[in-house]
Amino acid sequence: MAEVRLDHVTKLFGGDVVALDDLTLDVADGEFLILVGPSGCGKTTALRLVAGLEKPSGGAIAIGGRVVNDVTPRDRDIAMVFQNYALYPHMTVYKNLAFGLKERHTPKPEIERRVREASAILGLDDLLRRRPAQLSGGQRQRVAMGRALVREPKAFLLDEPLSNLDAKLRVQMRAELKRIHQRLGITTIYVTHDQVEAMTLGDRIVVMSNGRVQQIGKPQDVYRHPENLFVAGFIGSPPMNLLRGRCTDGCIRLGELELPWAGPDAPEVAVGLRPEDLRPAGEDGPSLEFVVDVVEPLGNEVVVHGTTAGTAVESGAEEEAEIPLAAEGARAAITAVFAPADEPSPGERMRLGVVPDRVHLFDLRTREAMGP
Amino acid sequence: MSEIETIDLAARADEAARMMREEEPKSSRFLFSSWHLVLIPIAVVMVIPLVWMLVTSLQTLEETRHYPPTLVPTSLEFHNYTDVLKQAPFSRWFVNTLVVTIVVVAGNLLFCSLAGYAFARIKFFGREVVFVLILATLMIPFQVVIIPTFLIVKRFGLIDTLGALILPNLASAFGIFMLRQFFRTLPIELEEAARIDGASRLGILFKIVLPLSGPALATLAVIMFMWTWNDFLWPLITIYSPQNMTIQLGLATFQGAHQTNTNLLMAANVMSMIPVLLLFFFAQRYFVRGIATTGLKG
Repeated sequence: MAEVRLDHVTKLFGGDVVALDDLTLDVADGEFLILVGPSGCGKTTALRLVAGLEKPSGGAIAIGGRVVNDVTPRDRDIAMVFQNYALYPHMTVYKNLAFGLKERHTPKPEIERRVREASAILGLDDLLRRRPAQLSGGQRQRVAMGRALVREPKAFLLDEPLSNLDAKLRVQMRAELKRIHQRLGITTIYVTHDQVEAMTLGDRIVVMSNGRVQQIGKPQDVYRHPENLFVAGFIGSPPMNLLRGRCTDGCIRLGELELPWAGPDAPEVAVGLRPEDLRPAGEDGPSLEFVVDVVEPLGNEVVVHGTTAGTAVESGAEEEAEIPLAAEGARAAITAVFAPADEPSPGERMRLGVVPDRVHLFDLRTREAMGP
Repeated sequence: MSEIETIDLAARADEAARMMREEEPKSSRFLFSSWHLVLIPIAVVMVIPLVWMLVTSLQTLEETRHYPPTLVPTSLEFHNYTDVLKQAPFSRWFVNTLVVTIVVVAGNLLFCSLAGYAFARIKFFGREVVFVLILATLMIPFQVVIIPTFLIVKRFGLIDTLGALILPNLASAFGIFMLRQFFRTLPIELEEAARIDGASRLGILFKIVLPLSGPALATLAVIMFMWTWNDFLWPLITIYSPQNMTIQLGLATFQGAHQTNTNLLMAANVMSMIPVLLLFFFAQRYFVRGIATTGLKG
C-alpha cells in the first residue's frame, strides 16, 4: 500500500494535443479516489500515466514516495482493471489470475494460496477451470478484479470497470467494490464518467474537464458547493438548472424572482437551482412560474420537466447540445424532482418554491462560484 | 476496444480449434443446386490431369505412348512405384525436401513473428520506412535477385548443400507483412495487461500474442510449406549432387534428353504430391484464408 502523487503532470499527444494540463493530485494511502468527467477529459490518460502505459510529457509521478517516471509498469507494483477486462482468452480463469504472479516468479504454493484467497473473496471458486469466453459479463468483471487482487499491489487502478455491465449488475458490483476496498484498504484510483459511481464509491472525487482539474473534494462537498459552472452542470442527476440572472442592490434577480443577496454586484450571473431543491409552492415565498411539460414518475420520486420564463445557461458539461422540449421564445427548460404525492399533470401551470440558501450563484465572466 | 472484441477473440480461437477437429458446418438439405451446373464442369477440368497422372503411373511404357491417351486404367502396374524407388534415390530426395521444408516453415514462423510483432507494436525510429522497404521487396521478381543471392550463398560455402535451400528462405517479406497485419488486430489491452502483470516484450509475444494467433500462424505455415515443397528453380541452380536434391529437382532428372519413362515419372509425381495433398486435406481453410490474404500483396 502506498500513496500516489502526481506533481504538475502534463501529457501531450502528437506534440500539440493537450490531454492533461498541469495535473497535481495527492492520493492518500488507502484512499478511494475517483476521477470523473466527460469522455476526452483526460481521466483515463491520468490513470495510464500512473500505470506506466504512457510517459508524461512533463511533471513527476510518485508511488509510495518513489518517483516512477522512468520505471516500467512491471516494477511499479500496481494492478489495473481495464474497461474491457482484457482477460487472456486462451487461459483458464486460474491461469489468468496466476499469470502476474508467475511472471514475478512467485513460488507455486504461494500462487495457489493467493488465487484461492482472491477467488473466495470474489466467488470465483467454481469458475477456475473455465475460459473467459465461457463466462458471463459479471463473472468476467470479477475475474478482472481478481487478477488485480492476487497481486496484492501498492495501488489499484480501475478504468471504468463497471461500464460494460447491465444496470442491475452494476449496482451490485458497485457495492461489492466498496466492500472489497473497505476490507483490504488498498489505495485505489477509479476512473468513471458515471457520477453515481463517483458519488457512491469515492472518499474524494476529482472532477475533470479538458485535461484540467475542475474540483477536488468529498462527494457531498462537491455536490453541495460546486466551485464552477462545469462542476455544477456535471455533478447531480438530473443536472442543476442554470438560469441567467443578475445581482444588483443586494438582490439576486431572476425574471420576476428576487432573492436577498449579501455579496458583490454582478451584471451577469448563472443562478443554479438543483431539481431536488424545487418544490410546488403557493403564492407566498420566493417562487418561479412553471409550466409542466413531461412527467416521469420513478416510484420514490417524480421528475418533472417544464419551462419557466428566462434564459438557460450552458455549463459546458452537457453531453450534447440541449434540445429544448417545449421552450418557446424566451422560455428556459427546467427540471424539478417532486415527492410522488405532488405529481402534477402535463400542461399544468404552477409555482416552484425556491429556498434562498440552496441557490448557487456563478459569475458568468469567470464561470466561478460566487459567495456572499 | 470493447468487451465484444475480447469475446470475439476468444470465439476466434475456439473456431480455430474447431477447424482443427474438422467439424464441417451443417450441410444443406438439398444435394444439388444450380451452382453445381457451373462447379461440376470446372471440377472435371481440374481433376482430369490428376486422374491422367494417376492412370499413367499404373501403365506400362507402351501404354503411355498410346494415342489418344486413355483415362481408364487398362493395367495396374503397381511395380512402377517400387521401380522408381529402386532406380533413383527417391527416399533420399523425400527426406531432403522434408528437412528443408520443415526448417524453412519453422524459421518463418519464428522470424516473421519476431519481425511482424516489432513492426506491429514497438515504436522505433524509422519503423515505417523499414517496413515499406520490406514490402517493396515483394515487388521484385525472384529472377532479379537470383545472381546476388547465389553469390551470397556461395560465399557462405553452402552451394550444393541443403543450407543453400534453407538459409535464404528462413524469413519472408510476405510472412512479416501477414503477421504484422494480424497482430495489429489483437486488442492492445491484452498486451498492456500483460505488461502490468510483469511480462517482458518477448514474454508478451510468446505467452499472449502467439497463442492467440493460431489461425494466422497456420496460414503462414501452410503457404510456406507449399512454396518450399514445390520450389524448383532455386534448387536447380544451387544443387547438383543427386544425394542433395529435392523431390522436384529429382523428378526433373526422370526426363532424359532422349527417352522419358513417363509411367515412372508419373509414379514419382504421385508420391511427391502426397504430403501437399494431405496438408491440403487437413488445412484447407488456411489455404483459402492465405490466398485471400495474398490478394493484399498488390
